[in-house]
Amino acid sequence: MRVVIAEDSVLLREGLVQLLNTFEIAVVAAVADADSLLVATAEHQPDLVIVDVRMPPTYTDEGIRAALAIRQRRPRTRIVVLSQYVEERYAVDLLSTWSSGIGYLLKDRVADVADFVAALRRVAANGTALDPEVVTQLLQRRANPIDRLTGRELDVIQLMAEGRSNTAIATALRISPSAVEKHINGIFTKLELPPTDTDHRRVLAVLRYLHGR
Amino acid sequence: MVEAIAGRDYRGLMSSVDRADPPRPGLPPTPAGTPRPGRATRATLHLLAGLPLSIIDSTTVVGVPVAVWYWPVWRLIYGHAGYGPLSDWPITPILLVLAAGLTLLVLPARIRAATRRQRRRFRHLLAVELPPPPPIAAGPPIDRLVQEWTAPTTWRQFLYHAVAPLPAAMTAVAVPVCWLLAPPVAPRTAGALADADAAAAGALLGTSPAEALARQMAEVAHSRAEVIAATDAERRRIERDLHDGAQQRLVSLAMKLGLARVTLTDIPEPARRTLDEAHDELKAALAELRTFVRGLHPPILDDRGLDAALSAVTANSPVPVRLRVRVADRCAPAVEAVAYFVVCEALTNAAKHARASRAEVDVERTGDRLRVVVSDDGCGGARLDGASPVGAAGTGLRGLAQRAAAVDGTLSIVSPTGGPTRITVELPCGW
Repeated sequence: MRVVIAEDSVLLREGLVQLLNTFEIAVVAAVADADSLLVATAEHQPDLVIVDVRMPPTYTDEGIRAALAIRQRRPRTRIVVLSQYVEERYAVDLLSTWSSGIGYLLKDRVADVADFVAALRRVAANGTALDPEVVTQLLQRRANPIDRLTGRELDVIQLMAEGRSNTAIATALRISPSAVEKHINGIFTKLELPPTDTDHRRVLAVLRYLHGR
Repeated sequence: MVEAIAGRDYRGLMSSVDRADPPRPGLPPTPAGTPRPGRATRATLHLLAGLPLSIIDSTTVVGVPVAVWYWPVWRLIYGHAGYGPLSDWPITPILLVLAAGLTLLVLPARIRAATRRQRRRFRHLLAVELPPPPPIAAGPPIDRLVQEWTAPTTWRQFLYHAVAPLPAAMTAVAVPVCWLLAPPVAPRTAGALADADAAAAGALLGTSPAEALARQMAEVAHSRAEVIAATDAERRRIERDLHDGAQQRLVSLAMKLGLARVTLTDIPEPARRTLDEAHDELKAALAELRTFVRGLHPPILDDRGLDAALSAVTANSPVPVRLRVRVADRCAPAVEAVAYFVVCEALTNAAKHARASRAEVDVERTGDRLRVVVSDDGCGGARLDGASPVGAAGTGLRGLAQRAAAVDGTLSIVSPTGGPTRITVELPCGW
């Protein structure tokens, strides 16, 4: 896996490089602003881009805009956006364009190095990694469909939204895989997602939760 | 020297006139070597100078206009060379237009020039600084002209210059006569007359109490606006500094500890426990710092506006909140900040003090008014005065009321004991 990092804090940028090297992930470039990120991405064609939201020159949402630009130019680039605060609006910006190969995590999550690296690998494998706080925020805004879900189903869809597999959800909730499947079928029913050959119901279910206001 | 004349207060002049003159023994003479004239002398000179000056001034502000208007008006009324009014069309109308134009353009400037001359007389001869007349606000020449013609100060000044020759002539005669016939009372008389002149000039050439008050109000409003803007800027700066500094450093540190936790697998059990605890505490500290820093000033408020910033607030509220934001165009940053913090504080109160189970936030912009309504179904009893039964809720609300007032907005609370509570804030958007 080849990675480009964009982070304006030198300390954190060096730290991330060191962290990824420890886990034998190759960092091909580490830059400090969005423009250099676009250049480095074009030059190195990385598998994964890790980008901070707030970078020079305006220190607002440069990272989000850079992520959108990169995905427009090279749709197969996977992107993990790191943010100091969880902002639902930024997550919606990212997720309303794509639902896979994307991650949106609080910066603090890098402290749990193993989880963080697992999230990176998940996104690199075209999965998703949404910060639990983002998911909580987005779920709280949902109107009716959510209210119909049971507590367990909410737990399950939250983990689904974070990009976990059924096995991972089962492990996390300490329930059997068949119970997870049962909950997921309940979710599909309540969200009115009948089985079809053309749609990925799992993605649709998560999207419906995240964008369905 | 004892000649320390109270430069700014003409009211003190009379009382100090008679004890002014003899140099106090022991004090060094003035550097110039020649003693400056005493107050009685100065008052006399001032009054004597008033006569020619007032004649010049009244000539320019009254005499010249009368002269300019006399000929055309006379022709208008009595006609020309015995042929009746307007018989010499269009000469008389042209003369009238010229007179009107000249008066319109020149008279206010002449009045102000005359006032400047009088102020110099008071400053140099009497050492009295008259309060300055209200300034004319900067703007296009037409606006300035309209202001000059409509400002009461212009016509007060005109009155002084028009009437001054009469009292000036009287005093210019009376004071020398007094010095000749009754020298002992002359200083007092001169001082009293100069005081009267200064009082009249102060009232007519200076600023009226209402104007002074209006100017003070404008200054207070301006400085309050500056204080609010500076406070907001300071909060943004601290947020930015903490974000760029402490937060990045701590995140980096937490990452290193996390790395150590993963890689150092063969260390003794107590060391590993300490490492784990340190890592967990650091993560908790980071979360606290994050909440605090975001509370200072959420960057997304500047970036995406109220809707986006409030989404996160309501989503993180322990009380379920229904949020409705109908704001098509962004408001001024200071107004958005007030609205944002009102919602934060109200929701905190709803959860902490009112023990509400539901809350609603309604933000709507109508024209140039922003209306924020936060209601909850809690136990009520919130007060602005801080003496509320729900403890500290009052002080936070009072601070918010002050913030709202600072941007010319209002905050009102309806919160009967037993609930429900409804906080309404109305703000002008373009502040």
